[in-house]
Amino acid sequence: MAIVTPQRPEALAPEQPLNTPVRFLRRPTGYTKGLWGWMTTVDHKKIGIMYSATAFIFFLIGGLEALLLRLQLGGPDNTFLRADTYNQVFTMHGTTMIFLVIMPLSAGLANYLLPIMIGARDVAFPRINAFGYWVFLAGGLFMYSSFFLGGAPNGGWFGYVPLTRNLPGHNIDYWVFGLQILGIASLTGAINLIVTVINMRAPGMSLMRMPIFVWMSLVAQFLLLFAIPVITVALFLLSFDRLFSTNFFNVAAGSDPLLWQHLFWMFGHPEVYILILPAMGIVSEVLPVFSRKPLFGYQVMVFSGIAIGFMGWGVWAHHMFATGLGPVAVSAFSASTMFIAVPTGVKIFNWISTLWKGKLTFPTPMLFAIGFVTMFTIGGLSGVTHGVVPADTQQTDTYYIVAHFHYVLFGGSMFGLFSGAYYWYPKFAGRMLDERLGKIHFWLMFIGFNMTFGPFHILGLQGMPRRVYTYPEGRGWDVWNLVSTIGSFVIALSILVFIINMWKNRKPQEVGDDPWDARTLEWTIPSPPPEYNFKEIPLVTSRDELWHRKYTEDEDGRSVRREVTLGQPHMAGTEVEPTGPEGSESPDHVQAPGDHADGGEENGEHEEHIHMPSPSYWPLVTAIGLPIVSYGMIYKTWAVAIMGGVWIFGSLYAWALEPATAPEDTPVHGPDTSGEDLEAVPA
Amino acid sequence: MRRNRRLAAFSSLFLLLAACAENAPQDTLEPKGPVARQIDNLIDPVFAVAGVVLVLVLGLVLVAIVKFRAKPDSPEPEQIHGNTRLEVGWTLAPALILLAVAVPTIATIFDLAKKPDNAVNITVIGHQFWWEYRYDDLGVVTANELRMPVGRPVQLTLNSDDVIHSFWIAPLAGKQDVVPGRNNTMSFSADAPGEYLGQCTEFCGASHANMRAKAIAMLPADFDAWVAGQRAGAVAAAPGTAGEAGSLLFAQKGCGGCHTVAGVSEGVLGPNLTHFATRTSFAGSIFDNNDANLRRWLRDPQGEKPGNKMIIPGPPLTPDEITELIAYLNTLR
Repeated sequence: MAIVTPQRPEALAPEQPLNTPVRFLRRPTGYTKGLWGWMTTVDHKKIGIMYSATAFIFFLIGGLEALLLRLQLGGPDNTFLRADTYNQVFTMHGTTMIFLVIMPLSAGLANYLLPIMIGARDVAFPRINAFGYWVFLAGGLFMYSSFFLGGAPNGGWFGYVPLTRNLPGHNIDYWVFGLQILGIASLTGAINLIVTVINMRAPGMSLMRMPIFVWMSLVAQFLLLFAIPVITVALFLLSFDRLFSTNFFNVAAGSDPLLWQHLFWMFGHPEVYILILPAMGIVSEVLPVFSRKPLFGYQVMVFSGIAIGFMGWGVWAHHMFATGLGPVAVSAFSASTMFIAVPTGVKIFNWISTLWKGKLTFPTPMLFAIGFVTMFTIGGLSGVTHGVVPADTQQTDTYYIVAHFHYVLFGGSMFGLFSGAYYWYPKFAGRMLDERLGKIHFWLMFIGFNMTFGPFHILGLQGMPRRVYTYPEGRGWDVWNLVSTIGSFVIALSILVFIINMWKNRKPQEVGDDPWDARTLEWTIPSPPPEYNFKEIPLVTSRDELWHRKYTEDEDGRSVRREVTLGQPHMAGTEVEPTGPEGSESPDHVQAPGDHADGGEENGEHEEHIHMPSPSYWPLVTAIGLPIVSYGMIYKTWAVAIMGGVWIFGSLYAWALEPATAPEDTPVHGPDTSGEDLEAVPA
Repeated sequence: MRRNRRLAAFSSLFLLLAACAENAPQDTLEPKGPVARQIDNLIDPVFAVAGVVLVLVLGLVLVAIVKFRAKPDSPEPEQIHGNTRLEVGWTLAPALILLAVAVPTIATIFDLAKKPDNAVNITVIGHQFWWEYRYDDLGVVTANELRMPVGRPVQLTLNSDDVIHSFWIAPLAGKQDVVPGRNNTMSFSADAPGEYLGQCTEFCGASHANMRAKAIAMLPADFDAWVAGQRAGAVAAAPGTAGEAGSLLFAQKGCGGCHTVAGVSEGVLGPNLTHFATRTSFAGSIFDNNDANLRRWLRDPQGEKPGNKMIIPGPPLTPDEITELIAYLNTLR
């Protein structure tokens, strides 16, 4: 996507390298531009854009797969796709949308926004951040290469054994090793973002002042941190069974296939919350801005998010109600499945209360956010009905379930992500997306979505099973399947409108720092932001920092625009003008005593250099080793696998010896430079 | 605005439409036996409560959109940060509603787990991609169609020969996964004689969609007569008929390597064919049992049902050979 990032002033040319660590190419510097600049960048914003752009391309591929599935199911006894092709396509549709679309889109947004929203200049580990992206790309390309190398995975995104142990060919191997690679990307990303949020918050940015999107992303990253190892174990067991004929899942040797299901869903259910929590965070940012009110019940929203994070670990067996766990276990998971709806319900009521008594405007981000609240409610309610186990034994593995999780993951996660895309696009691109096209996009998608997935409720209750490539006439499923297929093309049309909208608005314009009159720190800096984000590390005095710099409250608690927007408060703290009315007890800007403890240290910095980490090609080079190892393993070409291992080890060694800042890379500005030079220079 | 109202109507229509659908033989909301009815009675009020909550939420959103839409003269809103009492309220209220749902749910879970008395015991074995039924107490082995007497429950013990399947006769009961290495159980019964449809609902490979199931409930006397017929040995084809030629072909082509015909062959990979002609369907119940369908099937089993294990050795069967085989199969009463 044509998003132009500011570059450093030409005047400051790089110096010659002083010493040479391991290298085979000239190290890129902050001056490196073009493709090589993107390939070696460690800037969290560029990486966020790369995550989002790549994920969007995978979204188009996954969407195309969905259209193929819908074409096949448009009528009974259709022969558009053969059985095995259908099974490959539905497996890849699910795997793609979960691992290559929603997760990386959330990762992309979090990468771009989390550091800015907490007032930091970059993430804690910029090179690991780049590594995470390249590993994600490598994993996605690796898995998709299977289409050209004998066939794509065909065992479902859930990969139940013993089927996936027995299936011939390398299809399943691509799935196993592809997910392992993607798991590394997720893990490194999670650790990086967790450390960033915990350690790199600006002075005054206490945990309970963090924007809610930061909170929800943080919870999601913790879930990733603990969930990925579980699926990693399961995948290792399966790959050993497939490659070396071990017996972890060999029923003939006495293994229990339910082991896989327990491991998979112990990952898989937290995964659902990994997919939805960031979207909940986005909506919790968007609704207040366009209601011109703070988020209702911030603390409760934070704690319900955390509660969902914890409870998400106690519901995995609701994916297994029909497997024969026995009534005691089933009852326990039935109860936990129902009660996880409580924190979710609280969120929905708090969102509605945020709207209540607000001054609502309805630009596209707001439409998608309200779409999220309503559609997610439907998905949540059908989710509760799965908790009624006897009924779930009728619903499970039917289209009723497919309806449920599309209302959660499309009506929820994707609507939330589109809301975020429209909301933050001006910050990323320096230009607003077109409102008229945005509204067309929303309404087409809203109608198409309900046309496609609404009928799935009916089809499921009428007994249409999932994962069938065909169905006979006379089951009463023909009409609603046709409606659904038509609906899926309406969704496709809406995506086309979105692409046109982005294409037409790809060049930056003067959009200003704060086009939405928003509330949080990312809107205090230029659009698009300079590489270093903040000229001065901000001092945070309240939740919704920007709002309180712009507005004060009158005696009725209504917002009143300040005559002069407060600038950057000074670090010492004593001169900070109190936000809000004198002695305000308003809960979101109580100053915590320890908040400014680090202020003194930061104080000197902004008057001197802004040291940004230098670009590096080692993250990319290291990541390339992972698919090499995987190809070697799959085809049992041990030499290739070992070569890949050596490649990874050698790259890590070189990476470790590389200084974070290249000696030849100069700081953004010298000690004597006045602040003006810091302004972004658009290309 | 309008969308929300339409949506509310749309959603509450789901149930209605699903319930009223004509000719939906696998409809879960049209129970035809006590177990399915118990489930239906449990879920119907839950759907109703969920519908009320949905209408409430959508209604509140709708009201907010209409009432608090920014107007040129709207003042800046009051900056409300929360309301502890309200928030406690809408934490407790859903919790109480869910408690009210959880109690009957758990009671039903335990109730359905009980084993009925005087049941017909049947072992169900899942194969890629067909069902085998063994009535061990009665000495009957059959495939694809579960025969059961009306008014008496069946007690199924389910396991699998290969991968995980899930057994489901939608109008009679919920699903039970069929897991290799485990013996899961379930029981149900039917209100009235008739055919009840279902299918495998756990993805089990290429032809998962072609692994259907059927239960045929019969009056007790008819059931007993059926059992007596199944217990009898295979009838040999009359000499000189096409059926006899087919029986020779059956042996020559090695069909018996996979299919049992009592007294003739002992293969176990495919369905037992001893009383094939008494079945109403074949090949995982994707075909009604008639000559035209048999001809299609024998011409190209892999084309009709991708990935199934029926491989006819040697060159494809000629039309004459197929005719003879069909004649033979029709003698297997």
